[in-house]
Amino acid sequence: MSMPAADEQTQVEPASDELGAADRPWQTVVWNDPVNLMSYVTYVFQKLFGYSHDHATKLMLDVHHKGKAIVSSGSKEKVEGDVARLHAAGLWATMQQAS
Amino acid sequence: MKPWRRKGARMVASFEQQEAAILRGLVSQLEDMLRARADEAPEDELSELTGIKAGPSTAPDDPVLARLLPDFHRLDPDQPTQEDMDSAAALRSLHEPELLDVKLGATGVVMETLGPGGGEVRLSLEQADSWLSAINDVRLALGTALDVTEDMPDQLPDDDPRAAHIGVYHWLTYLQESLVQAMSG
Repeated sequence: MSMPAADEQTQVEPASDELGAADRPWQTVVWNDPVNLMSYVTYVFQKLFGYSHDHATKLMLDVHHKGKAIVSSGSKEKVEGDVARLHAAGLWATMQQAS
Repeated sequence: MKPWRRKGARMVASFEQQEAAILRGLVSQLEDMLRARADEAPEDELSELTGIKAGPSTAPDDPVLARLLPDFHRLDPDQPTQEDMDSAAALRSLHEPELLDVKLGATGVVMETLGPGGGEVRLSLEQADSWLSAINDVRLALGTALDVTEDMPDQLPDDDPRAAHIGVYHWLTYLQESLVQAMSG
């Protein structure tokens, strides 16, 4: 079997100043919007993440008052899945790498 | 309408015929929008072979669909970085087909459980979650189209073109709130 030449590209080590970037965890951010109900947002946080009612309420209030909240973090794959599930529930969620 | 209440492991409510007609009409409009978007997905031999669908890589132009199918990254409206744009395009293409399937699954549950003539609706907890998602999507669609704000009054001035529709929006809010409370109780 032959190896596609393109594979050599993936072997290249990232520049040393980018190593830190790869290690930084990912975060799930939920943004405030004028439609989603406070009770529903709390319910979704409890259901999707298994958070207590108090913790889910605190996150919901952060979204409401501060405009956004970080609701979960971890590997890129985990956060990507969390964002997808939040989109299915109708929440405005995005992912970002911790700074 | 008799609001949602919990009866054992079931969520129960009843709808007047007119309410059922309005709700089914809105849900079916939402389904039409989602199906039209699903039809835009590119078709290629690889996805036919693998059965793995790839969705479009760009966000919908329509603001209602764009709200229902958000980007995976918050893109700077003035100067989005190329890295974020590339990643958002790849993630959309990967996840959008499944998101559309999930949303259409939820609307399907509403259409199956709410008869055209209204009457009593009895839902399992799983079906109730589908109702919550579908009603929320209808509210997102209507709310985006009506440009609602957080301090939207219950009634708009008669000369506001949105005045005729805001009543339906508030009714959907009541329906959603009632179901969340019954589920949380």
